[in-house]
Amino acid sequence: MKTIKKSVVLLLGVASAFMFYSCKPKGPQSAIVGDAASKVYVAPGKYDEFYNIVSGGFNGQMSVYGIPSGRLFKILPVFSVFPESGYGYSEETKPMLNTSHGFVPWDDLHHIALSVTKGEHDGRWAFGNANNTPRVARINLKTFKTEEILELPNSGGNHSSPFITENSEYIVAGTRFSVPVGDKRDVPISTYKENFKGTISFIKIDPITGRMNIGFQLKTPGVNFDLSRAGKGPSHGWFFFSCYNTEQAYTLLEVNATQKDKDFIMAVNWKKAEEYIAQGKGEKVKAKYAHNLLDEGTHMATSEMMTEVLQLDPTILKDIIYFIPCPKSPHGCDTDPTGEYIVASGKLAAIIPVFSFTKIQAAIAAKDFEGEFAGIPVIKYESALHGEVKKPGLGPLHTEFDEKGNAYTSFFVSSEIVKWNVKSLEVLDRVPTYYSIGHLCVPGGPTSKPHGKYVIAYNKITKDRYLPTGPELTQSAQLYDISGDKMQLLLDFPTTGEPHYAEAIPASLIAPNSTKIFKIEENNHPYVAKGEKEAKVVRKGNEVHVYMTAIRSHLVPDNIEGIKMGDVVYFHVTNLEQDWDVPHGFAIKGAANAEILIMPGETQTLKWTPDEVGVVPFYCTDFCSALHQEMQGYARVSPAGSNVPLKFSTGVVEETSSK
Amino acid sequence: MKPYLTGIVCLTLLASCAPDKPKNIEEFPDQSTKSAVEDVISDPTKGLGAIKTVTLKTPLELDRVSRGLAIYDMKCSACHKLTAQRVVGPGWKDITKRRQPEWVMNMITNIDMMLEKDPEAQKLLELCLMRMPNQNMSIGDARDVLEFMRQNDGEK
Repeated sequence: MKTIKKSVVLLLGVASAFMFYSCKPKGPQSAIVGDAASKVYVAPGKYDEFYNIVSGGFNGQMSVYGIPSGRLFKILPVFSVFPESGYGYSEETKPMLNTSHGFVPWDDLHHIALSVTKGEHDGRWAFGNANNTPRVARINLKTFKTEEILELPNSGGNHSSPFITENSEYIVAGTRFSVPVGDKRDVPISTYKENFKGTISFIKIDPITGRMNIGFQLKTPGVNFDLSRAGKGPSHGWFFFSCYNTEQAYTLLEVNATQKDKDFIMAVNWKKAEEYIAQGKGEKVKAKYAHNLLDEGTHMATSEMMTEVLQLDPTILKDIIYFIPCPKSPHGCDTDPTGEYIVASGKLAAIIPVFSFTKIQAAIAAKDFEGEFAGIPVIKYESALHGEVKKPGLGPLHTEFDEKGNAYTSFFVSSEIVKWNVKSLEVLDRVPTYYSIGHLCVPGGPTSKPHGKYVIAYNKITKDRYLPTGPELTQSAQLYDISGDKMQLLLDFPTTGEPHYAEAIPASLIAPNSTKIFKIEENNHPYVAKGEKEAKVVRKGNEVHVYMTAIRSHLVPDNIEGIKMGDVVYFHVTNLEQDWDVPHGFAIKGAANAEILIMPGETQTLKWTPDEVGVVPFYCTDFCSALHQEMQGYARVSPAGSNVPLKFSTGVVEETSSK
Repeated sequence: MKPYLTGIVCLTLLASCAPDKPKNIEEFPDQSTKSAVEDVISDPTKGLGAIKTVTLKTPLELDRVSRGLAIYDMKCSACHKLTAQRVVGPGWKDITKRRQPEWVMNMITNIDMMLEKDPEAQKLLELCLMRMPNQNMSIGDARDVLEFMRQNDGEK
């Protein structure tokens, strides 16, 4: 019996080894040229040239890498709770994740948009979308903190987002799934054509504070919106969206939404929409959506429930939107740096159509339409077309641009990046990716002024590229040098979450402005203790508020007595340090949430409901000094109704027997 | 001969391919304090830093004293007692009699260099085993704290 087992194991082993080697594609290593290592080597203590702000996909976060080294600097919590810092666990951050559905601790973050001024990166904010429970987030690039999250009403899933206009006037949010909206929402799924609608929200950005609010929402026919890009330069004032499922299928979309040879690019004249609003032609509609905002002065987030949204109906208000036929199930929809060309990538198409903004305008002026779709005019394909890139590869997805008039398109099915000239439409070069590339990123690639130099591939499959770690392998990116005529693979680097889109920005636009500390003098938290003199413990009914301070390396107070079963204890911990890179942490045994990390000058609050009588230790979790291990304290929990008085101290030694 | 050549080729490649960095990044983080202080080692009792001479007035400047006390409560009291007792850092009793006013203010505003180069500051680090934190104090703040220290030492 034993021998049989052994030989089976042996056979399986041989078989799997054979499969392993036989599946290994031939020759990826040969793609590396000799000097690749020196091009990505950033010596110890030296800085990278670019920040790469990368979406985390299903981890709901963003991550920050250095380019060209591929080193990971930070996972930046956005839509998902993050026990490592207490994001979504501390009392201050919980409101950030509030929605019309209540507290939602997770989402799926796909796309990044960095703020721009006159079409160029300005290094102020990063925006990200929540694909599942529709939201948009704004991150302050001084503090690398999520400062604001805005929910989107009447949306089935926010995929076509958060793309940005030339001066950060608006970011958009187009629904991936059309759904029934308004009062009539309990309808048979089979009434898709009649009852399902799409919406595109234009979110206005305050030019000084960055604060977001929904400027207006466009009601659209029921289709799926995928991706989008704003016009720029001559096409500023327009926005372009890829649409699929113009079949309006509601089941087995894999088959039923791929019937037509062409779907649409939707061109939106948002300046026209603004004119209609100025004329009072918008309609205020009841809606329920959360608007969450972090106040840097109090270090606290608040959540406000909004009640209405301004809508425009482009089937009535003509001249706002137009459809342009596009082969086939278009995914990426990218405008080139000049703003003249719109590149649409049909996932199932064998060509890449490039549309001309000038021609689109001429076709609209001449009413050169082939008909209407759900009340919206459809421009003739040939009338809008600049030309087609012939035989580029299989499964084109996304396109980024360099500063020399070239485009770089990712091909999922054929696992490659193809470089081509935007004007001549001629294919110039192609390199393999390992494997199945999704988005790609050229530093400044979506702006009017690309920085060029590199293209980064974000791959969907890594297979044999790294040491295996069980069934789930690392996600990965690949860095290519594009400074010469030929693209050159330089580096594979692992990424966290599932990277979708990313942007890269010169470090010089962000690093010099990075916040080092929060000034303790400017801390307006209602429970701040600005110095140990203000540390105290206050009872309000069954709530016990501990105003605690942390500094290397002790907590004040560190002895607390008089807490009783049935109490809810709030530790409001103020970090008194005013030096860069000296956070303190705080955790208490049995707490049902997480630790909190408190930045210098900040106050953060951990809620703790004691569940047994005894003396419970708490301590600093972030190694802070040689005496970090001494940075601890005790909270005594007595039975409900006990007469132990509330008292607190640090450094007081009592010579008493037990009371 | 051959290894020698390979070496040269590698070096050349390394030099030509090292990433160019924007100049302002090279200067980041800000190290502006360094250049200003190199020349002040002449009087070791005054410490190292931007503060070369401090003029003390009698009677005490009371507005400075009250500002200094507020700063003490917020940023210093966690580690320094007003008595001679050492807790995390030394007690402040008689500090203005032990130290030059310039030394005290340089210690507050230029901690990293003081701990690196000033023998007296280094002795304190050996004693306390805790680097005094940079509490982000301006020269004006440090002057206010000094005035409060004088009052704590009994000056009028």
